[in-house]
Amino acid sequence: MTPASFTVVRSRAVPLLIPNIDTDVIIRVERMMSQDPDTLAKWAFESIRYDGNGAPREDFVLNDPEYVGSEVLLAGDNFGCGSSREPAVWAVMGLGFRCVIAPSFGDIFAANCLTNGVLPVSLSAHAIEQLAAGARRFEEVTVDLPSQEVWIGSHSWTFEIGRVHKLMLNDALDEMALAIRRLEVVERWEIRDRHESAWAWMQRRHAGLDTGEDSL
Amino acid sequence: MILTPRTLVDKIWEPHVVEDMGDGWALLHIDRHLLHDLSGPGSLVDIKRRGLEVGQPKQVLAIADHLVSTEPHRTAESSPVGAPMWAVLKEETDTAGIEVAGAVDPGQGIVHVAGPEQGFVLPGLTVICGDSHTCTNGALGALAFGVGSSQSAQALVTRVLLQRRPRQMRVTVIGTFGTATSAKDLALHLISTLGASAGVGYAIEYAGPAVTAMEIEQRMTLCNLTVELGAKFGLIAPDEKTVAWLEGRRLTPTGADWIEACAVWQNLHSDPGACFDREGQVDATGVEPMVTWGTSPEHAIPITGSVPSPSDAANSDQGRSWSDAQDYMGVAPGKPLIGTPVDWAFIGSCANSRLSDLRAAAEIVRGQRVPDSVTAWVVPGSEQVRRDAEEEGLDRIFTEAGFAWRRSGCSLCVAANGDRVPSGARCVSTSNRNFVGRQGPGAQTHLASPFTAAAAAIAGRLVDPRDF
Repeated sequence: MTPASFTVVRSRAVPLLIPNIDTDVIIRVERMMSQDPDTLAKWAFESIRYDGNGAPREDFVLNDPEYVGSEVLLAGDNFGCGSSREPAVWAVMGLGFRCVIAPSFGDIFAANCLTNGVLPVSLSAHAIEQLAAGARRFEEVTVDLPSQEVWIGSHSWTFEIGRVHKLMLNDALDEMALAIRRLEVVERWEIRDRHESAWAWMQRRHAGLDTGEDSL
Repeated sequence: MILTPRTLVDKIWEPHVVEDMGDGWALLHIDRHLLHDLSGPGSLVDIKRRGLEVGQPKQVLAIADHLVSTEPHRTAESSPVGAPMWAVLKEETDTAGIEVAGAVDPGQGIVHVAGPEQGFVLPGLTVICGDSHTCTNGALGALAFGVGSSQSAQALVTRVLLQRRPRQMRVTVIGTFGTATSAKDLALHLISTLGASAGVGYAIEYAGPAVTAMEIEQRMTLCNLTVELGAKFGLIAPDEKTVAWLEGRRLTPTGADWIEACAVWQNLHSDPGACFDREGQVDATGVEPMVTWGTSPEHAIPITGSVPSPSDAANSDQGRSWSDAQDYMGVAPGKPLIGTPVDWAFIGSCANSRLSDLRAAAEIVRGQRVPDSVTAWVVPGSEQVRRDAEEEGLDRIFTEAGFAWRRSGCSLCVAANGDRVPSGARCVSTSNRNFVGRQGPGAQTHLASPFTAAAAAIAGRLVDPRDF
């Protein structure tokens, strides 16, 4: 999926402060056969968003019409823990979110966010409580990537992001393109490594499970 | 010359940095790449769509596991969901020149069981897979981690990934395990005491006499559960046991390469005085058989314990999540778990499906009988594990006790292949995730060790395996 450019996002924020929301909750495994964000979005948070008959739960924040069009999700600790499934990020994108703010994220989920141009922002639980209080009053949250700040009303917090990812988000660069531009450097590393650590390179296939000759 | 003491992670990380990208980020070389039938096809199709090619196909191994049928007489077409995904995986790996194993092949198994078993994973290497339990492979002293399908596609083409150098934690394990207690109980104990997010941003090295005393398969269980602690890397320095375990496997180096590899691995450990961002110690002697009561692996208690009360939670958000978890699981705060009737028992998954796990369960099951009220399954972690187990007669011990003896795959751990625990049914499971609906919508999962799961299957209710 090609990321979109990210600079400043300003919108209402959806407070979903449940700790340890795992990627199975974000998108169930049998829904992953689609890669389309709109289809995935329909099933996002399925087990907590719909009741046993498939009707939207009125008391679930993502079903509140006041938050339609929100681009910022406020989440609990360890958001996106569990499975490495990237469709979890596509489902979050399909719901319209471009930024998720949480005290911490599952490491693989956060990496998948960055790959897809979604900004994962880590702030303290206290900051998120303050943001959530404003969000519940439908105040707008501003996420400013160039200045690395999150604003609500007169409160602001700074967040961390690596230089490369900031550039990639800002310019909508894809990680594949960045790495392909460095293929020559990679090949040089590999030639040296094959020489210095020949043991680390797959040399053979045995009979019975043979798949052909090694090219090197 | 005085060298700065380095950790195991430093010693793997530093030589793999192809380019330093600043702020602790680097383009890290990826030495080994595992693919499976759920995330693999998407990555390969993505590459084709972009008109790109797999750069080093010999360094890649593809195995169907998530979506294969585990029925005894399965074919590649037995799983309606899996068949089309297998067709794509087979076609694209054949085109790229990647070795692939499917449902009817002798090398099939769960990637994190069959991959290392075939010697594909070695100490000191970087290993990835589009699967969060790739950390299992860290038990051999590799820096192994899960990635999404886009990063998997990128690494197939470029063999590098943009990675942040992790913070480092060392967990030293002392003491000895008690009766019917294992690495699984230690892992659940750690997750319940430290919390499911304690490892976020970290690589966790396990060390100490109790880790040295563990066999490789137990180390794999411990490293497997590391991602449930929040860390995407879990690893253990290679030692004599590691070398002995690896020697002679199908894909391990031979001759002069093997001798050189062994020499390199000798130095692959954290130096005395090496600095960790966080250190902790745990005594295995005090660890009891553990079982989960809720919907996160951190919701674990000793089998003799009681379900906690939401009023004792650290804060109101946690209290609400405990309360929701207890509603979903149909358990009551303050009540013991022992005696809770179970409908299903699952012995399998990349956490606990290796030969030693099956032996542990068989020890409890031998000569006993599963009550009619319980559906009990054993799903070996690989076809090799299945063949080895059958050779020593473990299959008969299980089938005579009323267990179903199935073919290898992820099965009820991910419930994506047609194997499913019905809604409202309670399953004691040796897998690693008790998330809402993980074993099927509405299914209630209690994570436990092979000892505890086998004992519950026989008793028809949660019991203390030490009483067996």
